[in-house]
Amino acid sequence: MNEITCECGHVNPEGTVLCESCGKPVEENQHIDGNDQKELLNMRYDGSARRSQTYNRTAVDKVWNFFSSVKVGVWLIFITLIASAIGTIFPQEVFIPGNVDPATHYRDQYGIPGQIYYQLGFHDLFSSWWYMLLIAMIGISIVIASIDRFFPLYKTLKKQKPKRHELFMKKQRIYGQTVAENIDADRFKENLKKRRFKVYEQDGHILAEKNRFARWGPYVNHIGLIIFLLGALLRFIPAFYVDEFIWVREGETALIAGTEGEFYIENKAFTLETYNMDDPEDAKFKEAIEKQGGPIPKTFRTDAVVYERTNSGVPGAEPELDVFKEGAATMNNPLKFDDYALYQASYQLNEFKEMTFKIHDKDDEDTNYGEFTVDLSNPQSTYELDGGYRVEVANYFPDYEMEDGQPVSVSKYPKNPAFVFNLYPPGENDPETSFLGIGANIDAGGDNQYKLGLAGFDVRDVTGLTVKKDHTLGIISLGGAIFMIGVIQGMYWNHRRIWLQPRKDGVWLAGHTNKNWYALRMDIEKAIADTNIEAPKDQYEMKS
Amino acid sequence: MKEKTLQKKKKRLVFRSLMLVFMVGLAAFALIANGKEEQTVVAKGEQAPDFQLKEFTTDKTIQLSDLKGKGIMLNFWATYCGPCKDEMPYMEKLYPKYKEKGVEILAVNLDSTELVVENFIHEYDLSFPILQDKNGEVMDLYNIGPIPSTLFINPEGDIEEQVIGPLTLDKLEGHLQSISPEE
Repeated sequence: MNEITCECGHVNPEGTVLCESCGKPVEENQHIDGNDQKELLNMRYDGSARRSQTYNRTAVDKVWNFFSSVKVGVWLIFITLIASAIGTIFPQEVFIPGNVDPATHYRDQYGIPGQIYYQLGFHDLFSSWWYMLLIAMIGISIVIASIDRFFPLYKTLKKQKPKRHELFMKKQRIYGQTVAENIDADRFKENLKKRRFKVYEQDGHILAEKNRFARWGPYVNHIGLIIFLLGALLRFIPAFYVDEFIWVREGETALIAGTEGEFYIENKAFTLETYNMDDPEDAKFKEAIEKQGGPIPKTFRTDAVVYERTNSGVPGAEPELDVFKEGAATMNNPLKFDDYALYQASYQLNEFKEMTFKIHDKDDEDTNYGEFTVDLSNPQSTYELDGGYRVEVANYFPDYEMEDGQPVSVSKYPKNPAFVFNLYPPGENDPETSFLGIGANIDAGGDNQYKLGLAGFDVRDVTGLTVKKDHTLGIISLGGAIFMIGVIQGMYWNHRRIWLQPRKDGVWLAGHTNKNWYALRMDIEKAIADTNIEAPKDQYEMKS
Repeated sequence: MKEKTLQKKKKRLVFRSLMLVFMVGLAAFALIANGKEEQTVVAKGEQAPDFQLKEFTTDKTIQLSDLKGKGIMLNFWATYCGPCKDEMPYMEKLYPKYKEKGVEILAVNLDSTELVVENFIHEYDLSFPILQDKNGEVMDLYNIGPIPSTLFINPEGDIEEQVIGPLTLDKLEGHLQSISPEE
């Protein structure tokens, strides 16, 4: 390693731009910060040896240095920004209707641009592999760039000595020479201390410094960001994060998705309440209700019982259930149990539950030879009626459609039920067959004596619940809080330093801050009051 | 001096390598976890997860792990799914032959109405076990998306092949052959 021994005697690590101790520009390294082309010193990272600028020997170093570059980091953020912006031009896949094929939807809705959008994967941008890779690379860049800058800067600021090299003084933006005999250095120090500067002295050279901690703001901010990203990463682990959706029919007990078979829910009742202007409580909304013309929902509520499985079994095995919690979920008021919360998210009203049929003469609907009720989610195969009639369910189509002249079911839900019934009159062995559906009542043989008619039906509602578990919020909030602390730390405090160097015929004074130069000049102005030191010049302003 | 430098260099290399490996590992985890969410299948070569389901028409339950040593064809189907119905006769045709050879066919049904399924079993005269997955628990366990979906599990209990969509008689026979236990 080519260490650099400064003329002040301090040994600097390779790649140092300004001597850690006295600030003397290290001649062969001035190009690193572009100082060779400027009259003033570039003071970033205090001229410390950023490792990325120094070691580039192995492949690991090359990868490291790629991510260490702020330029690369800014590019990554810029590309991510552009991609995110493009991702908002058309809706994301999760927001298009569920029953359409995204492959055709984007073309049909948005034409050629829509198709390009879809084919480039922008329709599912935020979980596309390349977008996640960009985020991951930003994360890596943040960590490496911070490591490479924080430690050298920390060391340099720790090692700095009040005694500065002449060139360092002269090339500061704030710099002034005073030629005078009677300079009151003690008064100067007193003034600085009053302004809450820390004052260090070495052979009459003075360094006054305040708010060094403001320099750590960006790194604190980055730690927050990394914690935030780790929190988001934990969302991939089911132990930390669950986000599922379930449909539960009234009266049905269903497995709660995402609980690994541990919890079940019984939907006792789903209620959709609407505003009613005759109700004294809602009377104040009369105008609005009239204006709307139709019903306005007031609450969506699911009354439910949550069960815990008490037997540990393999998936699919019959569960033994114990009541765990009874409660209700309404809009924005989830039913909470264990680590989970059930949010009222959707509903379907009036799905068929039961149908009641009666047997009557083909030509006379007023006759009644008996009635039977079919539970549409669990029909019996035969129904024995009191009058000696027997009805066999030859076929059942929960959601029927005609396909090539044949009835078929297109789903398992009783949305449009239809039956093939075999009716055995008392003492008969040959049945009368008929087909019954909504709006269909077909005599299969054509010479039936009896007819089956729909005497009534019962409906039930279906509730849609979102199952949520989120243990990452704490981590994400912590990351966000640290992020903000870092921002505040770096924004509202400024690192200021003032150097005073005794000369044969007077003193030199220089000052540096990372931001808010006006306030630094005010500090200096107050500090030199009654000390016979002349106010320094802003060499940057003089140039322009 | 020279030795100290070398040591420093080595330390730097180790530190940088470890940091990079750690962070690339995290990124890889994110990418894989994200990819898995979209996947509709349990991966090939993995151990088939165990389950226990009730059989239609009998009161028996069947547990996958009890069938170790046999090749298993695990078919997910429903009566409202046309292509599922079409491949049932093929399965019925090949079942007796491969049962002899030590292959079991398990057809996991996703309907919710028992009567409908029982009628279907009688109509098609099916002799292999039809299992009832009332809560869709096993379907979720195997990440089944569109049906028909069929997994072929070898006698060691590993998933040999997954076929999404209907099977022809020839293809079915080929797959059954490949999971037959060696004599």
